[in-house]
Amino acid sequence: MSPRSLVEQLKGGLDAPICLTWELTYACNLACVHCLSSSGRRDRRELTTAEAIAVLDELRALQVFYVNLGGGEPMLRRDFFELVTYAVHNGIGVKFSTNGTYLDATAARRLATMDYLDVQISLDGVDGPTNDHVRGVGSYTAARRAMDHLADAGFGPFKISVVVTRHNVDQLDEFKALADGYGAQLRVTRLRPSGRGADSWAELHPTNDQQRQIYHWLLGHGDGVLTGDSFFHLSALGEPLPGLNMCGAGRVVCLIDPIGDVYACPFVIHDEFKAGSVRDPGGFTHIWRDSDLFRDLRQPQSAGACASCGSYDACQGGCMAAKFFTGLALDGPDPECVDGHGETLLAAAGATAGATPRPAMDHSRPGAQPVALTRR
Amino acid sequence: MLGRRLALDPNVALRPEPFGALAYHYGTRRLVFLKHPDVVRVVQALGDHDSVAATLTACAIAEARWPSFVAALSALADSGVLHEPALIS
Amino acid sequence: MDDVATEPTVEPTTADAADELIEDELLVEEISIDGMCGVY
Repeated sequence: MSPRSLVEQLKGGLDAPICLTWELTYACNLACVHCLSSSGRRDRRELTTAEAIAVLDELRALQVFYVNLGGGEPMLRRDFFELVTYAVHNGIGVKFSTNGTYLDATAARRLATMDYLDVQISLDGVDGPTNDHVRGVGSYTAARRAMDHLADAGFGPFKISVVVTRHNVDQLDEFKALADGYGAQLRVTRLRPSGRGADSWAELHPTNDQQRQIYHWLLGHGDGVLTGDSFFHLSALGEPLPGLNMCGAGRVVCLIDPIGDVYACPFVIHDEFKAGSVRDPGGFTHIWRDSDLFRDLRQPQSAGACASCGSYDACQGGCMAAKFFTGLALDGPDPECVDGHGETLLAAAGATAGATPRPAMDHSRPGAQPVALTRR
Repeated sequence: MLGRRLALDPNVALRPEPFGALAYHYGTRRLVFLKHPDVVRVVQALGDHDSVAATLTACAIAEARWPSFVAALSALADSGVLHEPALIS
Repeated sequence: MDDVATEPTVEPTTADAADELIEDELLVEEISIDGMCGVY
């Protein structure tokens, strides 16, 4: 009996996540049009500092190696530094994802003294107009200023994370040059129709030709650019991209949201993909190991409509978040299926389609345009 | 390789799994899957022996399998999961 | 008598075909901590 391949082992889940995303708050000073967590207003049910420390204690016991902190804007938590410090002192590596507004010179110097810490600055355009179209007026300047503060403080390599859209696909070389200039690491990730992204998807998601462009660019940049393995659906175009080329949701990764709810991943904040709450008896550990949702996800998944397609081995049917929020079946093609099968289904469903699923919660600030509030 | 003295780098956490283990290097953020329990046993035993060969013998690894183990240990050394420990005088 | 080329005889540590198959594949595999889909 031959051993299962590594990816097959991982699809069956592990006793503990390898890493996970933890959104610390729904509060955010920005109002990006594609925000996966529909952030803006703080939720009054947010985990307290004590509850957050208890989660970190569980993650340490589980030997989770690394947490990706985000939000909203995580630096808006008053206990932000306390939580980050506690994590790194307890054997949990931390990366936090920020828009940079609050990463001033003082914060940069403080971060530069810390170990086992990565900083990731979000940027969606190499120039003000391209970036701010999506992230709001002033957001480009805030991000670049944060990068300059990190550089001045001698922080070392940080990460620049770009969500690839129709409007910035042609800027990939310039993003790489920007990152190289700072000695930073570039990360480019896939836009999903999640959160506010559901409403901006039609305008922002790359065209088929642009997907090919992205794929070939990634192949050309080898190990130098991170992707969060988010483009595995493009592996059907040819040689597989680096990474596990599988959906990790509920199997090797998951999301803890600001109020302690656990979801399969940050792109599926919806009851359909909610596994439980860290406030329930048994905490996070019980949810990870025994929740119905995660047990289901760790079963072999049906290829369904994709079973007869020669590309399925490479693309694995794509991203369940992309399918779910565009109203497609989970056991069928991705809306951005490189062979066009998703597009065909969407076009056929068009006139008769009911409303697509909506995110579980909406913390958007009412009436907010993608405008950055300036610091007082 | 067989004569080298190696040990798990102190910056590395080794987390057992049903298929073997995960090794995570906190300094480099590199993650390595050890895909067979025998590799895990060998990695854990390296620090107790003076050479890779002695470790493989002590772990009852058949000699015909040594080339794949040497390849694995070389990869682990290259990625920083294993290091050459300072000699204790 | 056929002298069929064979793999060197292996005395597996367990009497399991799995060990013999593993000889041909790498026993370790590196992945980036950023290399799994579903995190930021």
